[in-house]
This record gives sequence, structure tokens and C-alpha cells, in this order.
Amino acid sequence: MTLEHTKFDTLLVANRGEIACRVMRTARRMGLKTVAVYSDADASARHVREADEAIRLGPAAARESYLNVDAVIDAAKRTGTGAIHPGYGFLSENGGFVKALEQAGIIFVGPPASAIAAMGDKSAAKARMANAGVPLVPGYHGDDQDDALLRSEADKISYPVMLKASAGGGGKGMRVVESGEGFQAALDGCRRESKAAFGDDRMLIEKYLVQPRHVEVQVFCDRYGNGVYLFERDCSVQRRHQKVIEEAPAPGMTAELRSAMGDAAVRAAQEIGYVGAGTVEFLLDIDGSFYFMEMNTRLQVEHPVTEMITGQDLVEWQLRVAMGEPLPCSQDELTITGHSFEARIYAEDPEQDFLPATGLLTRFALDLEGADLDSDRVRLDSGVESGDAVSMHYDPMLAKLIVHGADRDAALATLNRALAALDVQGVVTNRAFLQRLANHPGFKNVELDTRFIERNEATLFAPRSYSTEAYASAALIGLHQLAQECESDSPWDRHDGFRLNAPHTIRIALCDPASAQAADSDEAVVIVEGKRESGESLWNLTIGDKTLTASLQPLTGDAVAVTLNGHRHRLQARRDGHVVVMAEPSGETRLFWRRIDAIDHGHHEAESTLTAPMNGTVVALLVEPGVSVEKGMPLMVMEAMKMEHTMTAPVDGSVETFHFQSGDTVSQGDVLLDFAPSE
Amino acid sequence: MSTISTQINPRSDVFQTNAASMLGEVSKLRELTAAVAQGGGHKARERHESRGKLFVRDRIDHLIDEGSPFLEFSALAAHHVYDSDIPAAGVVTGIGRVSGVECVIVANDATVKGGTYFPLTVKKHLRAQEIARKHRLPCIYLVDSGGAFLPRQDEVFPDRDHFGRIFYNQATMSAEGIPQIAVVMGSCTAGGAYVPAMADESIIVKEQGTIFLGGPPLVKAATGESISAEDLGGADVHAKVSGVADHYAENDAHALQLARACVSRLNWQKRGKLAMQAPKPPTLDPSELYGIVGTDLKKPYDVREVIGRIVDSSDFDEFKRYYGDTLVTGFAHIHGYPVGIVANNGVLFSESAVKGAHFIELCAQRKIPLVFLQNITGFMVGSKYEHEGIAKHGAKLVTAVACAKVPKFTVLIGGSFGAGNYGMCGRAYDPNLLFMWPNARISVMGGEQAAGVLSQVKREQYERDGREWTKEEEEAFKKPTREQYEHQGHPYYASARLWDDGVIDPLQTRDVLGLSLAAAMNADVEETRFGVFRM
Repeated sequence: MTLEHTKFDTLLVANRGEIACRVMRTARRMGLKTVAVYSDADASARHVREADEAIRLGPAAARESYLNVDAVIDAAKRTGTGAIHPGYGFLSENGGFVKALEQAGIIFVGPPASAIAAMGDKSAAKARMANAGVPLVPGYHGDDQDDALLRSEADKISYPVMLKASAGGGGKGMRVVESGEGFQAALDGCRRESKAAFGDDRMLIEKYLVQPRHVEVQVFCDRYGNGVYLFERDCSVQRRHQKVIEEAPAPGMTAELRSAMGDAAVRAAQEIGYVGAGTVEFLLDIDGSFYFMEMNTRLQVEHPVTEMITGQDLVEWQLRVAMGEPLPCSQDELTITGHSFEARIYAEDPEQDFLPATGLLTRFALDLEGADLDSDRVRLDSGVESGDAVSMHYDPMLAKLIVHGADRDAALATLNRALAALDVQGVVTNRAFLQRLANHPGFKNVELDTRFIERNEATLFAPRSYSTEAYASAALIGLHQLAQECESDSPWDRHDGFRLNAPHTIRIALCDPASAQAADSDEAVVIVEGKRESGESLWNLTIGDKTLTASLQPLTGDAVAVTLNGHRHRLQARRDGHVVVMAEPSGETRLFWRRIDAIDHGHHEAESTLTAPMNGTVVALLVEPGVSVEKGMPLMVMEAMKMEHTMTAPVDGSVETFHFQSGDTVSQGDVLLDFAPSE
Repeated sequence: MSTISTQINPRSDVFQTNAASMLGEVSKLRELTAAVAQGGGHKARERHESRGKLFVRDRIDHLIDEGSPFLEFSALAAHHVYDSDIPAAGVVTGIGRVSGVECVIVANDATVKGGTYFPLTVKKHLRAQEIARKHRLPCIYLVDSGGAFLPRQDEVFPDRDHFGRIFYNQATMSAEGIPQIAVVMGSCTAGGAYVPAMADESIIVKEQGTIFLGGPPLVKAATGESISAEDLGGADVHAKVSGVADHYAENDAHALQLARACVSRLNWQKRGKLAMQAPKPPTLDPSELYGIVGTDLKKPYDVREVIGRIVDSSDFDEFKRYYGDTLVTGFAHIHGYPVGIVANNGVLFSESAVKGAHFIELCAQRKIPLVFLQNITGFMVGSKYEHEGIAKHGAKLVTAVACAKVPKFTVLIGGSFGAGNYGMCGRAYDPNLLFMWPNARISVMGGEQAAGVLSQVKREQYERDGREWTKEEEEAFKKPTREQYEHQGHPYYASARLWDDGVIDPLQTRDVLGLSLAAAMNADVEETRFGVFRM
């Protein structure tokens, strides 16, 4: 074989966030100069700070910056870039971009445009896979889109079936049809969504597997016809088709099944002349049969778990292949060592239906030493650091926490400890939700399938009832934090309710943060009585008919020890606005904290304004000012973090004024409109 | 810094007995304080609250910053003084933090005789104003009072330190730049009307507050005009027509919120500057104070054991440790504030007095606040001491104490007798604040000594007349004197008459001093000019 060397010394990463940082890390190690690109919203983002050079692409909106092909190519030319790594998302699977690079003489770190095109159209891809002998889910992928034909094909496959947009992805234009009766309605809905999202309403139909696992195989091909697989990953734990926790290898995999799936995956890649890193996704049924689902022609978000178990750096592989080198290893040289998990840290609030969150990350740190974690076994791929802002413009994934262990149990234990040691402040994240997920007995027992989260909703979301101890601890911690937040040393700034010759009682109400705004929230009242009779502050707490003697001792960092009736607990205590957050290895408790002896202003008028729940853009005004609306009717739609939020009428009444028009940008807390309740 | 090491054995019988007896006194104090805090009692309070008004202590809780301390003054004022019970003399006063500013709060308790002013109510109100002036603290008056208690008008109206002085103080404090804020939450009749009228800013509560020089009955009697209180001088009149009030409040809570807002607009800055340290609790256990001190004034203990349980890290740098050792002097920090401590460790001799004067001069020169821990039977007597001039040496100490312009705080931790009281900054020497422990006693001399002196005089009379005076007769003669001194020297008797600013639990001494020091730093620490020291 003759090697076609295509060396380059400068790499531009056409992406942002953790993946940009991660790619540049390997590039730097390989001696390459790194170039970042950025939008106005990211001018001081971590990936920009870490790059040797950085070029502005344009305004915050992705289509004007990270999706702007001309701007990216221009940036490459300005910096003498030899190759562009696209990361994932954005331009990573954009055939037009790859073609434009070819014309500009810049190497694309990824497959040829033809391979992207071959996998981009799902129906065409399946036909080619069938040719290559890759097993497919029973289904219909034909061009004839007649409604009656589609219905009869669905009947043939037998229900339940899945309707999918041929051009789709990301969960849009997808629907499960349980029976023939619902077919037509589902088809119409899917077509509408698909048309809106992709400008194409062709549909395909597939057998819907009831408890399938999502298992994907990492493949790698070079320009010389070599192909290997780097084993599989299990990505079954998903929330609305969004992966949450991934692992490698897939639990319960036999050597035979592994090589069968691996061979099929390599065949799939070679069928389309693939080069570089790719992932072939399979659905694995309970009976061990597997079906090709799709191939992702990019480096996957979850690639680190493969790196952890194989000891290979996939980005390095990508860059070597792009430089014209053959694959660094043959199939025989690749082995699996131990087990790895990846948990995705999102800026979102699981308690509010995973509403994306924005704000200033006052702290984002993983204290390995403090948690006694081995740095070889824990890896944090992060696009942010303490002090960074999380904006509304892009995907809310902040970082990935990746761990390795000798076996699945050991890796899971490490994941739990690492999640507990991750300290995120200032922005709400799914960290605690991940902890509950990783601690879930079902997860530990490998009861995995893509509906794991739906099935375990009751236990995965924050507990709605709290123990007396939790209330007591939260009450004291809130008081302690209040005192801590005060910067002055003046004894007047203490919040211990000092009164001469008398213990002063402080009344604290605690409730589930999710119900804090509700008028009838279920509150527990803790009466805290100071009892400063010895050196340490002692408190008498009364909760309902229970009384406890309590003390709180600050330890290093956020750690505190709370002693209740002589039982000492160590926990990490934080404050998130009005919410006291208590983290223990077993999980996290959040309680809304407020004093009830605070002033009641006596001005509880009906809510007459509606404010923006987060930073975003106004999409549509749905009613005319002055027109009567009923409670719950939608008034205005705003978009933030790629999701739509609808403002609804709080009571019967009418909108007096809209303060923003469609297309306006709004900040969290902005008054969107004035609402007049009807008399 | 040198740290005080303790010699105390908490398992000893003496310690245990002491601890039990002091705890007994503190328990009584707490019970009494709790009873006083009920104001005019359950019924009066219910009636008060049924009108939509907040109880006086709830008003204060709402006024001050959430959970912040309230340093109350003289809760035992008027205790067992008048024929009827007047808890806290019908007015709650103290320092509280409002919108981040330490303020003196004077709040009438309308559940006690309608908030009318008894002689001690006036005295307490004036004392609070005096504290405000001395510490340069903004004043907030929560007014809900029927004015002077008419049956005792001769004791509340005519003299210099009577009712009129309240308004004199408001005018002159305002002139000094000390803000005066009044919240009218009930009646402000006659003289009382001048509280809001003399204030820099005033707030009135709708359908609750009234301000008038003469109430409806007086108007009816004087002019025949029949008019309701609200129409004569309610919130609508004063906020909309007369301009006597500046802010209109919907209710008590709203009024207190407005008062907080007033304070937030004061552009207030503390003026005192001290070289602070980060506050640290004592390393010795403060809870051992009870067992160390006890209640028997005759039992001696080393006062350093007390100092070590009050000051930061129990660190105390002693000055002239081996000279005049019946007076302990030295530098320490309390809640981070540097202080000079002067504490008795026995009777005062010439050397101790001179040492004390020297130390006070040091502190005045360096502008370090002084803390006096009084436990003093007096100056030594006898020919040796008179001849060496103990009177002039004592005078040096008294001169130094009187003239020192640094903030001075006095705590009576034991006896306070005779000229010792003067040399250790008793009430007459204008300490910023003066507190007593429940075991303390204050009188011109001890009861036993007084009885002894009086019986000596009596015996001489008998002897001149050639009569015999039996032991029994002498004992019967001495008993009432002893009893009188014991009764009048008791902290409750003293506190009831405003000879101090309050009786405090010894365990709270450190916090009380810390709060006091912090409040005192609102004012400049002045230069001292001493008088002539007789050499």
C-alpha cells in the first residue's frame, strides 16, 4: 500500500464547548497549533481561552456563526489552517460543508462527503445496508408514500410500529403507533412535523421494539480499506431520545454477539466507503437479535467511554487518519479493559420538566483529591469553568463526567462518588438527577432499555416527602449560610436572633422547591431556638410534635457536620437562591427555605404581569390586546435553548399590552406583558 | 498574645455549688424577663391585636433585619416600683439593626397602661436617647402612647429630665446629624404629638395612628366642637392635609417596611475606626463562668478566669501584671474589636489605683475602648494607707476614668461598693453602657459594714449615756440595715430604677460587649484631655 501523506500543522475546531476543548487537547499533545472559532456569545468562552488562536465567526445565533460555512472557511484561510475538525453537531454531518472544504483544499477530519450523503438519507441507507448483509428492523423504506400503502405495510409489519421522517433525526417527526386505528392521525402529524423541520415529508415505517436496548458500535476506517471496530457502547438510558448515561462495554454482551455486531458494523462502514470515526447504532432486542438503526458519521458525544476501556485516543486516531496514516491498530490489537460510564451534565432543571437553565456558573469544579478519587479513573470533559456564563444560545450540555472501573460495579461506584464530588453552583443542572439515576437499583441491576427513565419516573424524581432530619438539617444549614454570606465580622450581622436573657425563636418554613410558588404548598415549619450555653452553638428544634437538639459545625469548603440528637451527619451544603441543597453520597435533597417571621408586606395582589422564565427570543404573540381570554389560554410563545415556552393566561382576563414583539430578545425576569384579570 | 490558662476544676464541690447557685439566679432572671416580655398581659394584648395592631415586640422583630440581634435596655425598668405592675416601664428600648444600620429603637407598649409615661418611662426614654447620642445612632420611635400619666404629672412634666427633654433631645440630636424617625402606630396625644412633629421623617398608619395636641374630649370641652379622633388627626389628615406625617402606611407591617426604607436612605456611615482582628470565640469554655463566679461575693476567684471566657481566643496581654496586682489591666479583643480591660482582683491599693490610671491613659492615647469588670469592695482603709496618700492615688484613677473619652463599658460582675464604684467607671462616670450580672450588688458600702458603722455610732451614744447595749439589742439594731442594703443593693432594685442598662446572663457578656462595641463605632473616638492629676 502506498501512503498518501497529507500532513498539516494547524487544526481548526469548528465547534464550541467541551468537544472543542477536548479535540484541542489532543491536537496540542500532537504538536499541532490550535485555532478556535467563536460567536459573539462565546467571545470569552473556555474553548477560545484554551486555543492558540481564535477567530470570530459572527453573532450569537448558530446559523450566523457555527453553522456559517463561509465564515468558518474564511477563518481557516486567515489562520493558515490545514485541517478542520467539526466536533459533533453543527457542521459535522453537513455534506455541503465537506464539499466546500474539498474545493478550498482544506482537510476535513471526518468521512468523505459521499459517505455522509449515503447515511444522511435513512431510507437509501437502509437499502444499501440490506445489500451489505447488515440486519435491518422489519419495515418499509419505499418511495411510494401513498397513505393506504403505508397503512398496509404497517399492518404487515404488525403493531406497534414506529413512524419516522426519512430525512429526520433528533426525535422530530417520530411517532409510535400502537394500532391500526391511530395510524392515519399519527401519519398526518408526523408529516406536518417533518415538513416543518426538514422541508420533506417522506416517511418510513419500522417495527417498534418494546424493550430494546440502544447499543452502538464504534468503527474506524482508513483510506486504505482497513476497518476495525472498537467495541460497543450501551446508550439505553435516554430521555426523549436524548442520551443521559452511556457505558462501555454493553452489559450482558457475549463474545459471539460482540464480534457479530462488530463485523456487521465494519461491513456497514465499508459498504459506503467510510473513512475516519463512525458509529453504527443498533437496536438490540431481548432475544439477542440486533437491527441496524443508523450510522452517525462523526465522533460521538459518548466516545470517551470507548477510550476508557480501550486505552485509545479516538481524536488522535481521527487526526492520524486525516493525515493519511493507516489505522494505528489492527482488530487483534484491540482489547477491552474494565468498564466505563459517561454522565452528561446538562444545564437544565429536572424538577421543571428539564427546562434549560442559564446563568453564571459561580462554581464548576470536581475535587478529586477531596473525594479521594483516582485521577486515572475519573475524567471531566468540560466546556466551562467556574466563572463562565451559560447562555441560552446553544445546547445546554456543560460537560461529561467519565469514569473507569475494573468492572461495572466498581465503575458505577466511582460514578456515584464523582457525581457527588462535582460542585456546580449558580446554574441549575441535572447533577442530582444523574445521581439518583446512577444510584437506582434498576440501573445497577442492568434493567436497561430506552424507556428506563419513563418506567422509573416515580423513583427518579426528587422525593416529595422529607424526613424530620432533612427538615432539621436544612433549617440549620439555611441559617448557617445566611450568616456565612454576610461578609462583615460585626456581631450585628449574625442571624442567630440574639435576645437578652431569652432564647429567641426563629421560624423557618421548608418545602419542595417545585411547589414553592404554589399558594397551597405543603410546608413544614421548624422552630429553631438558640441555646448558646456552651462554646458551640446548640439549638433546640421543634418540628411538629418532635423536638431535637442540634448543632452545626462547618468543615472545609461546603462540607458541614450536622448533629441531631447526638447523631452526626457529614454533608455538602450549598445554597441555590432560596433553595438549600444538601448532598450526601446517597443523593441530594433540595428544600425551599424561608423565614416566616420576615415581613409580610400585605400586598398580595393578583399577578398582573408575566415575566420571562429565562433568556430567550419572542417567537409569536397569540392574542390581540384587549380580547378576553380564559385562564390557561396561550398568550405568547418564546424560544430559548432550542425549546419553545408558552406563556398562558394566569386567570380569566385580557392582555393589556405586550412589551415585546416577535423576534425581540428577552432576559430572564423581563415583564413580557401586562395582564388584566377580568372582574 | 498570651493565652490565659485555667486553674479551674469543674468537678470540684465549690465549682458545682457555684454553678448551681448562679444557674438559679439566671433562671429567675430569664423567667422574669419572659414575664416582662408579655407586656400588659394576655387580655390587653388580645384587645390590641384585635384592632389589627402588632404587639410591640413583634413590631420590633419586623423592623429589624431578619434574625439580627436586638440589644434591649432595662427590661426590668419599673419592676416593683409602682403600686401597679408596669412591665418594662411601658416602653421597649434597645439597639437593633435596621437596613444594615444600628439604630436605637424606642417603642411604646400600648398594652401597658395605654403606653402612658410614668416617671421611669420618661427616664428610660431619655436614657435610650442618651445612648443614641453617645453612640451616634439613628433613632426610630414607634409611637403608641397616651402621653404623660396624669396622676403623676409632678414627676413627669416640670423638671429638666422630664417629658420635655424628649423633644429637646430630638431637636439637638437632629442638629448633630443623628436621624430621628417616628412611626405613628397609635395615639400621639398632647406632648406626644411632638414626637412625629419633631422627627426628621414620620410615618403614620391608616386608621390607627392619630396625632393631635388636644384629643376629642379636650376639644369638646374647650371649643364645643364634636369630632372623631380620625377626623381630628388621623393618617388621612396628616399625610394629605396637614403635612405632619410624610409617609402613609396601610398597616403596621407596611409602616415598619417604610421605616426600614427611611433608614436605607440615610447614607449612613460608621465613623469609628479600630484596628480589627477576625473574631474568634474564647478557647476557654464560657459556660464555666457560672461555676467560677457563683453568687457568694465573699468567695474570691481570679478574675482572669472570667476575662479568659469573654475575650477572643482567650488571649489577654497583661499590663503591669506584677505591680498593684489587685487590679488586672491588659489588652484583648472582643468580637474582633480591640479593648483595654480593667478588672478588680481584690481591694484597691495605691499601686493598683495608679496602675489603673496609667493604663487608662494608654488606652485613651491609643483610642482603644475600655471595658471595666467591677467586683470591688472599695479602697483599702487604715492609717498606713491614708498616710501614703491613697486618697490622692484613688483620685488619679477617678480622674482618668472620668476624663477618658474612649468608649467605656462597665459590667458589674460582683460587688460595687463605695469609691470603688467611682474608680471602676460606675454610672456617674458616664460609661456608654453599664450592665449587671444577677449576682452583683451595688451600694455605698456592704450591708454588714453599714450596719457595723451605724451600730458603732449607736454604741458610742449608749456609752456616753452610761447605758448598756446588749449583743441581742445590737443584733436587732443591725438587722434592718443589713436587710435594707441587701434589698436596695440587689440588681433588680438597681435595674428597676435605671441605675444600669440591664441585668444580663453572664454567658451573654461577650456578645453584649461585642454588640455594644460595634454600635459605639458609629461615633468618632474622641481625643481625651485629662484633668489635673494630684501627684
